Amino acid sequence: MKKEHIIILGVETSCDDTAVSLVAEGREILSSLVSSQMDLHERFGGVVPEVASRRHLEIINALIEEAMEEADLNFSDLSAIGVTYGPGLVGALLIGVSTAKALAYTCHLPLIAVNHIEGHMYANFLAHGDLPFPLVSLIVSGGHTNLVYMEDHGKMEIMGRTRDDAAGEVFDKIARSLELGYPGGPVIDNLSKKGNPLAIPFPRAYLEEGSYDFSFSGLKSAVLNHLNRQKLKGEKVNIPDLAASFQEAVVEVLVEKTLAAARDKGVRTISLSGGVAANQALRLSLEQKAREKGYRLFFPPLSLCTDNAAMVACVGYYQYLREDFASLDLNAVPGLQLISSL
Amino acid sequence: MLEITTKSAEESKRLGFHLGKLLKKGDVVGLMGDLGAGKTVFTQGVAEGLKVKDYVTSPTFTLINQYEGGLPFYHFDVYRLDDPEELLDLGYEEYFYGEGVTIIEWAEKIEDYLPYCCLIVYFHRLQEKISDTDTRRIVFKPRSKRFVQAVEELKKNVGSGD
Repeated sequence: MKKEHIIILGVETSCDDTAVSLVAEGREILSSLVSSQMDLHERFGGVVPEVASRRHLEIINALIEEAMEEADLNFSDLSAIGVTYGPGLVGALLIGVSTAKALAYTCHLPLIAVNHIEGHMYANFLAHGDLPFPLVSLIVSGGHTNLVYMEDHGKMEIMGRTRDDAAGEVFDKIARSLELGYPGGPVIDNLSKKGNPLAIPFPRAYLEEGSYDFSFSGLKSAVLNHLNRQKLKGEKVNIPDLAASFQEAVVEVLVEKTLAAARDKGVRTISLSGGVAANQALRLSLEQKAREKGYRLFFPPLSLCTDNAAMVACVGYYQYLREDFASLDLNAVPGLQLISSL
Repeated sequence: MLEITTKSAEESKRLGFHLGKLLKKGDVVGLMGDLGAGKTVFTQGVAEGLKVKDYVTSPTFTLINQYEGGLPFYHFDVYRLDDPEELLDLGYEEYFYGEGVTIIEWAEKIEDYLPYCCLIVYFHRLQEKISDTDTRRIVFKPRSKRFVQAVEELKKNVGSGD
């Protein structure tokens, strides 16, 4: 890779995964490593602690080294270091932020502070190049549910977010109460294919007229109530029907609110990202409705839906272009929100 | 001990609001009970009582959410901790023995790490009849003089419908 290319090292440690990536020109992934996808036992020998911060600390340096090696780069080839500084778990975030700061300082490189949720949004730019602006972006994962209007890079308006549980979290909790295992999303997605989504009329929380916010805790209670009621009646629960009906209730609200946001903002482009963007029912439903109404829909490949550092490097690239750098006293901000900048 | 039955999520939230108004710096409240029993809704009420302006969302994935109200407000959810020792890694002492108010969902999972002086609130979903869907029994068990007093106060405030 020649020096005239802009190459960003992305570091992501906001939750359970440690991830490091090298991305050229905001598009070309030179390497992208995610700890949960690697055999850590084999690589590091012995037991790897289960919890976020300690594990991040133990493997981040090795991960950076390996990513550099895989991309066949030296630190002098880099243009900047991009790091997730929130939202997330404070101890976990600090490992990434401290590492990135140390590298930026020792290698004389600019430091770029990246918002994790923006990272998810940019998984689409990474996969598809520049998306046509303006657009409406739905970000759904285990920890986040956001509806964002984007006028241009760095210019956005937060239209809606969850008022209680994140969409992915409800999938996991329902899966756990049905004893279906973890992670709950894919299990429910698969089971639903064998079930009738209209079997049980679970409530859809649309909230007040015109609101783009989400609420999923009522649905969670409704599913648990249904389970309990069946038990009291001594009736067997049809698990595929229940899974399909529950999933339908989540998907319908996500899709309808996204389409309403796109309509109200007069955009032609919709982007979908985050871990729950891997859900096939959501993809299919949004794809179909978007096509009917003439929107262009973008979503990233599965590998870029879940947490990764390539998306962080991609945000870093666009911030690099507009010289949006952080100073070396950057701190982790666990409760970081997306901020409207319009 | 104080036992209250609420008939809706709104009522549970209102109860949380009354408790929130009584909480002081350094207070730790542990919530225990079933999934979907109203712990997060109750916590939203507590936050309101503490004058937190932001939406209080479930911290299941981030484990800790932090808010600024009249006092710093730390909202823990240890649901997905597999081993209570993982709490050490979160630097929990900074919160439990810090400058704000701490509320912990699924506190039964970290029983050993709870401060001796704390308030435990149990949530039970009451569904004896098929029609009972939103009825909850909420039980307050104070573990210190400070909280015996607070719960007395709560009883008065809830009773007066204030």
